[in-house]
Amino acid sequence: MGCFLTNSSLGRKLVMSISGCFLVLFLLFHMAMNVVALIGDGSAYNMICGFLGANWYALVGTAVLALGVLVHFAYAFWLTWQNRKARGNVRYAVTVTEKGVDWASKNMLLLGIIVILGLLLHLTHFWSKMMLVELMGQHANDLGLAPTDGAALIKYTFSKWYNVVLYLVWFAALWLHLNHGVWSMFQTVGWANDTWLPRLKCIAKLVSGLIFLGFAVVAVVFYAKSLCCGCC
Amino acid sequence: MNFTLKIWRQKDAHSKGEFKEYKVSDISSDTSFLEMLDILNNDLVHKGEEPVAFDHDCREGICGMCSLHIDGHAHGPSQAVTTCQIYMRQFKDGATITVEPWRSAAFPVIKDLVVNRGAYDQILQAGGYVSVRTNSVPDGNAIPIPQADAEESMDAAACVGCGACAATCKNGSAMLFVAARVSSLAKLPQGRVEGARRAKAMVAKMDELGFGNCTNTGACQAECPKGISIAHIARLNREFLAAKFED
Amino acid sequence: MAFKLDSKIPAGELSQKWSNHKAAIKVVSPANKRKLDIIVVGTGLGGASAAASLGELGYNVKIFCIQDSPRRAHSIAAQGGINAAKNYQNDNDSVYRLFYDTIKGGDYRAREANVYRLAEVSNLIIDQCVAQGVPFAREYGGLLANRSFGGAQVSRTFYARGQTGQQLLLGAYAALNKEIHNGSVKSYTRHEMLDIVIEDGEAKGIIARNLVTGEIERHGAHAVVIATGGYGNVFFLSTNAMASNGSAAFQCYRKGAGFANPCFTQIHPTCIPVHGTQQSKLTLMSESLRNDGRIWVPKKMEDVEALRKGTKMPSDIAEQDRDYYLERRYPAFGNLVPRDVASRAAKERCDAGYGVNETGLAVFLDFKTAIERLGKEVIEKRYGNLFDMYKEITDVNPYEQPMQIFPAVHYTMGGIWVDYNLMTTIPGLYAIGEANFSDHGANRLGASALMQGLADGYFVLPYTIGDYLAKKIQAPKVSTATPAFDEAEKAVKDKINKLLSINGSRSVDDIHRQLGLIMWDNVGMARTKESLEKAIVEIAALRKEFWKNVKVVGTADSFNVELEKALRLADFLELGELMARDALNREESCGGHFRSEHQTEEGEALRHDDKFAYAAVWEYKGEDVEPELTKEDLVYEFTHRAQRNYKD
Repeated sequence: MGCFLTNSSLGRKLVMSISGCFLVLFLLFHMAMNVVALIGDGSAYNMICGFLGANWYALVGTAVLALGVLVHFAYAFWLTWQNRKARGNVRYAVTVTEKGVDWASKNMLLLGIIVILGLLLHLTHFWSKMMLVELMGQHANDLGLAPTDGAALIKYTFSKWYNVVLYLVWFAALWLHLNHGVWSMFQTVGWANDTWLPRLKCIAKLVSGLIFLGFAVVAVVFYAKSLCCGCC
Repeated sequence: MNFTLKIWRQKDAHSKGEFKEYKVSDISSDTSFLEMLDILNNDLVHKGEEPVAFDHDCREGICGMCSLHIDGHAHGPSQAVTTCQIYMRQFKDGATITVEPWRSAAFPVIKDLVVNRGAYDQILQAGGYVSVRTNSVPDGNAIPIPQADAEESMDAAACVGCGACAATCKNGSAMLFVAARVSSLAKLPQGRVEGARRAKAMVAKMDELGFGNCTNTGACQAECPKGISIAHIARLNREFLAAKFED
Repeated sequence: MAFKLDSKIPAGELSQKWSNHKAAIKVVSPANKRKLDIIVVGTGLGGASAAASLGELGYNVKIFCIQDSPRRAHSIAAQGGINAAKNYQNDNDSVYRLFYDTIKGGDYRAREANVYRLAEVSNLIIDQCVAQGVPFAREYGGLLANRSFGGAQVSRTFYARGQTGQQLLLGAYAALNKEIHNGSVKSYTRHEMLDIVIEDGEAKGIIARNLVTGEIERHGAHAVVIATGGYGNVFFLSTNAMASNGSAAFQCYRKGAGFANPCFTQIHPTCIPVHGTQQSKLTLMSESLRNDGRIWVPKKMEDVEALRKGTKMPSDIAEQDRDYYLERRYPAFGNLVPRDVASRAAKERCDAGYGVNETGLAVFLDFKTAIERLGKEVIEKRYGNLFDMYKEITDVNPYEQPMQIFPAVHYTMGGIWVDYNLMTTIPGLYAIGEANFSDHGANRLGASALMQGLADGYFVLPYTIGDYLAKKIQAPKVSTATPAFDEAEKAVKDKINKLLSINGSRSVDDIHRQLGLIMWDNVGMARTKESLEKAIVEIAALRKEFWKNVKVVGTADSFNVELEKALRLADFLELGELMARDALNREESCGGHFRSEHQTEEGEALRHDDKFAYAAVWEYKGEDVEPELTKEDLVYEFTHRAQRNYKD
């Protein structure tokens, strides 16, 4: 049974679906956590950061998460490579977007790559200045901030307009990716029928919309705050 | 009506193909697309040129033989019809129309617009049946089947095996075709007996023949001449995964 | 030398004939079946079901079809349903009643014993198809539903929406796939049989052309089964599929198989009329439309002219100016008269000049009264898909304006003569389904074609073929390196080279179209001595022209559709003449064959049972030589022949 996850198209899709589902859950959690940064002076947020600091369960979580991303990413490339091969060498001279077909659904890899690039940027902005610093046993990052002061890091990062733009592009790509991905993972495990397909698509829009808004609002609010120099 | 046709010409499977332009004129708007090609071909024969080879047979939308990719659409611009049910009134007078064969690695071109869809037969041979011998069967009314189940089975059984799903899919996936057969039999008690075996065998054959992986774009459903829903793909996924987890 | 026809009809009571026969014929042991090869040509309901059943039994089967997949055979296009004497509706149906309706519907020109057997096995077909997973329509209680069809007073037609033929064929095709998977059947798609090989008077194999590579192949077998359907495309325009042809059957005829009743052609009354001169194919609109549609033409010629000019719409013509001619002529049955009667009546009105479109070859099928009576929703529910299809094809909305319809060639009752075992006059050569002449007499009832194809393939041939093969268990594998194969292959290659070398000025389609017009005008719905004699002369002349002036482009060793069409047309050009000769010989009117000289005072078909109660079996005597007629007398022991009456 183990091998059908690699040698069967439906098995490979199952891996995409399960790893994708896991990442969606993580995103929901991360988004919820971010929203906390909007509350009060940031101490609540820092408390969560502290809780998720350099301890064993956070490390295991991070490792699993990284594995999930890696599997999702690797399978995506593998499937795409196979799919291009299945398509053949000669392409259609004229192509169209078929009625009722989302643009995103045909460009999941492109969107995924944008998401990954955004992720790398995000890791250099945050993870390398927080968890990594702690792991190295240091007490301040190169910005002079304490690795446990996530709120300050957010404030700093989103005071730069270009960061805000980059993050919004990233969130938008994520939004489109999830718009298709969320209902698609239900379809792949077979949890869909004619009644539930429209419902699942609706749920996918809600979930992806929520994630987009949750992340975007933090970036925008902190940028707005930086503009009015803390007076509001 | 007058049209300019850009048609894919390819001598045989081993030759390199190219588009050639043809003009057809004085076409009645009531002419079907394939009749328009018949007219073009008759002209070509008179000129001593080889006519354009294309698959077609019943011209009633049921045999699944016709298979043209017209202006970017499998089976042309209308929804839920086969190529033979496309009429010239659906095009603008003077339009340039691009006609291509199915493009999919599993459907190699035989000549011009004709492709080899033998892979679909092979998938069905792998398990797209109920293993009953002639005469070794109970009375037709021995197994009552809820009307809704019979209707759903029929929805899937409407598949004509034309290949538009794999030809349209950007991944060259045959999932809608495979799902239609698996789902149609899965909805009936007669088909349930070997449901697990069928789903595994057909998916394995589909993979072996080099069809791509389904990414749920829904393009197949949009271009399917019989409007078969991707909900059947979900059922195939369910059948297959359940079978695998039972192993 | 005329045929010595032995129909091999078993003696005894009608209801016991098949049982007695099965008990009397030989069977082949499993060990011996493995040594025997059978070729099946054609993969429609007959061919696919036969090949699957024979494969299950253990024979080595090779199956051939011209399409890219066995599933494309034209059986797939049948819409309405399949008859069976299940009596699930408790309306007093029985095997005898189905038998009687079929015999009567065929205007008493079919064999009693064959038809009774057909009715007998009809029930098994339904059971078989259900078990295969054919999604027949069901009632709320989960049991099988039925509907009514023409020519019967009981409700015995099983159906799967308007796609019954498709679903039954997919069932047979699935059974075939199972056997291909098991290795007992080998499938040859895109292969066309071009000749039958006869050695020592027995069928020993076929010559086939690989339609992709053009290669000519030899295939040997201990028996050959022809299941290649009908030859309606001799008319060029018909409801048959584009590639449907009579060539396989015709090669058998040429090699000595008798061809029976070639003139019996069914012309279906409700097809979409021809438009222009460049149409390639006609579309059938289901017979069921006549349940609610009323057929009419205008009474006044000025209205006809206004319609043609487009100055009047059909809906502008007042009720009193409409001639509902079927209701006028046949008050008892009205618009629901049988197919042949409805077709001839439409022709009569159009011949009189009342045809309602620019070609003068169309009548109206109007739903106005039904929509007023039942409401648009009810009509939409009943016929929605057909109305949509009509609108798609004609761009006219049938909810607002009446449909235009005209009769078109649909089915051929005639075919290769077979005995009770379905064997032709050539030992080892069998013919099943529409390809044989068997069970429908001079007119086929709706929903009976599917029944016959599957009856022959699943439940008759697998038994009867054993009777012949039992004599072959000692026979070695058939060698294809024999003079007979050499000769047949050479003849095929010569014919192909001849066609390619003519390089004349007329395309195959041009000539086929002309043949179609000759056939339609002279050997169509109404035939006369003069028209048939004219047809024979004209077809012979056209055949000469074909062999002098046809232009076939392309090469022999490639995918060449023009060559395929030319080979088929060459046979149609002879078959058309044979049909005309048969029609000329049959000086009576019966079923689909209407000789204008033989009608009652009211213009109805007039049979002459004293002279023509026989199947006319023709024997090939060479090119441009008149074929020889042998008669198989049709003995009616169990039914009384009566003249059909639909007036009162």
